[in-house]
Amino acid sequence: MTTAPITTAPAARRRPTGRIVLHICLIAMLLVMLYPLAWLLATSFKPADEVIASLKLLPSHFEWGNYSTALDGVNEVSVGRLLWNSLLIACGAVLGNVISCSLAAYAFARLRFRMRGPLFAFMIATIMLPHHAILIPQYIIFNQLGMVNTYWPMILPKFLATDAFFVFLIVQFMRGLPRELEEAARIDGCGPFRSFFSVILPLTRPALITTAIFTFIWTWNDFFTQLIYLFEPEKFTLTLALRSFVDASSQSAFGPMFAMSVFALLPIVLFFLAFQRFLVEGMASSGLKG
Amino acid sequence: MTATATRPPDAAPPATGGKRAAKRERQGAAWVFLSPWVLGAAVLTLLPMAVSLYLSFTDYDMFDAPRWIGFRNYTQMFTEDPRYWRSVITTLTYVVIAVPLQLLLALAVAIALKSVKRGKGFYRSAFYAPSLLGASMSIALVWRAIFNDGGSVDNLLSGMGIDIGGWINKPGWAILSVALLTIWQFGAPMVIFLAGLQQIPAELYEAAAVDGASWWRQFRSITIPMLSPVLFFNLVLQMIQAFQVFTPAFAVSAGKGGPADSTLVYTLYLYDRGFTASHMGYASAMAWALLLAIGVVTAVLFRTSRAWVFYANDNNEGAR
Repeated sequence: MTTAPITTAPAARRRPTGRIVLHICLIAMLLVMLYPLAWLLATSFKPADEVIASLKLLPSHFEWGNYSTALDGVNEVSVGRLLWNSLLIACGAVLGNVISCSLAAYAFARLRFRMRGPLFAFMIATIMLPHHAILIPQYIIFNQLGMVNTYWPMILPKFLATDAFFVFLIVQFMRGLPRELEEAARIDGCGPFRSFFSVILPLTRPALITTAIFTFIWTWNDFFTQLIYLFEPEKFTLTLALRSFVDASSQSAFGPMFAMSVFALLPIVLFFLAFQRFLVEGMASSGLKG
Repeated sequence: MTATATRPPDAAPPATGGKRAAKRERQGAAWVFLSPWVLGAAVLTLLPMAVSLYLSFTDYDMFDAPRWIGFRNYTQMFTEDPRYWRSVITTLTYVVIAVPLQLLLALAVAIALKSVKRGKGFYRSAFYAPSLLGASMSIALVWRAIFNDGGSVDNLLSGMGIDIGGWINKPGWAILSVALLTIWQFGAPMVIFLAGLQQIPAELYEAAAVDGASWWRQFRSITIPMLSPVLFFNLVLQMIQAFQVFTPAFAVSAGKGGPADSTLVYTLYLYDRGFTASHMGYASAMAWALLLAIGVVTAVLFRTSRAWVFYANDNNEGAR
C-alpha cells in the first residue's frame, strides 16, 4: 500500500515505481503462502531420512516408492477403493444439493406464498446454526434407521436442502433475473413448473455450477461427519484414511502419508484450476446484495 | 429481512375469480417446490434441536434409555469440569487471535488488489486457493509437520536466532499454529471485500480528492463506511465458523487435544465426550451451550452494528 498523502489516490497508483513495489509485495506474499503446498509436494517424493532434515524443498533423489506405498492404501484398503468411496459421497452430495437447493431457492426467490417471510428468515438463520447443536440427535436418527456406517448420513440431508448457504446463494442469483421473463412465459401459458424448468433453471446455470463445485469440495474435505459415521476401513474415504496416519506417525511413514495427501488434494486442485471463476465469483456474490 | 417479513401476504389488490385461482395454484406450487426443504428443516434441523435440548437434561449413553437428571450436566460442565473451561478458553483464544488477523489481512490485500490492473484475476484466484485447500486433512497434516520440532518453521526461526522448538509440542504455541492455518485462509473474506470495494462509486473518491482529502482520510471516511456491511457480513460468518474449528486441532494433536489440553478446542472436547466417552447427554448440553454462546455473540454483533454499519441504499428488498 503506497501512502501518498497529498497527491490524489488514482494518480499515485499510476506511478510505475509504486506499481512495481506493490507487485513485488504481492508476489512475495504469495510465495510464502504457497510454501506449505510446495512442501507437501516435495515431501511426498523425499526418502525417509530427508523428510524433516532441512528447509530445502528438493529431495536428493526422487523416492517414487512413497507413491507405490500410498497406492497400496491403508489397513489393506487400496487407494482406488478410498478414492471411489470419496467420489461416491461427493457426487451424491452434489446431486442432492443442486436439485433440492434450486427447488427451494425458486420458491423463495420467485413465488409468493403465505409464510414466505418467516420461513426465509428461518432458512437464513440455519446458516448460522452450529452443526453440533443437531449433531447428536441426527446421529441417533441415522442410527435408528440403520444408516450408521453407510454413506446415507452424508448424502440424504443434501437431498433435503439442509445446506442453507446454497439456497441463499441461488436465491441471490435468481432475484437478479428480470421478472418479465416469467410474465412472458405466463402469457404463453406456462405454469410455475414450466417456467422453472424451461426459463429460470437454464438461466441459473452459473449459480448451480458454483453450488455443485463448492458442494463437491466441501464434502470431499469434510472430516468430522465421516469420522462420526464411518468406522469400517472398507468404507473409509481418502480423508478418513489419512487419519490412520495421524494416530501412528513414525518418521518412516511420512513420505507415503504425504503421497496419500497429494491424492486427497488433487481433485480439489484440479476443480479449482478448472472452475476458479465460478468459485471466486460465487464467493463474492454470497457476501453482496441483501 | 424486515421488509420481507412485514409484507402482508394478502395485501395484493382484490383479484377477479380467475386471477385468484391462478394465485392459489401458485401458492400450491410454492409448497411443492419447498417440500424437500420443509422436510429437511423439520426432520433434520428443528426436531434434532428439540431432541438435543431434551437430551442435555439427561444421562444418555446410546444404549440405555435417557435418564432425566435436570440441570446436572450443566452444573457439572460449569462448576466441576476444568477440562470444559480449558476448552472454552482455548477456543476463545483461538477465535480472538485468528478472526481479527484473518479479516485484517483480507482487507489489506483486497485494498492492494483493488488498484492492481495487470494480473488481478490471477492474484485473486491464487490468494483464494488456500481457503479451499486449508479445510482438508492433508493441509492440517502439513501444518503438523512444518510446525513440529525440527520442522521448517522451527528450522527457520532457530536460523534467525529465535528458539521456540516445535510449536505443536508446546502448550500455548500449539493453538497458535492452528490459528495461523485459519489466517492462511484469508482468501474467502478477501474475495468478498474486493467485490465490495469495487461497488464503491469512484465519484466519491474523486470528489474527496478534489477537496484535498489524504489517502488515510479517504480510507476512513469513504472506504470503511461504504464497506461496513461487507465487513459485518465477513465478521459474523468467520466468527461463527471459528467457534466450530475441529479438523486442524484434531490433526495437530492426533485427536487428543494435547499437549496439556492446549489444543482441546470446544468441538474436539464435545466429540470426545459424546463419541469417545459415550456421554451423549453431556455432549448435548455442550452443544446447547455453544448454540447459545454463538447466538449471544451474533446478537451482540447485530446490536453494535447499528452504530457502525452504514447502508447507503436501503431500497432493495433486504435479504438479511
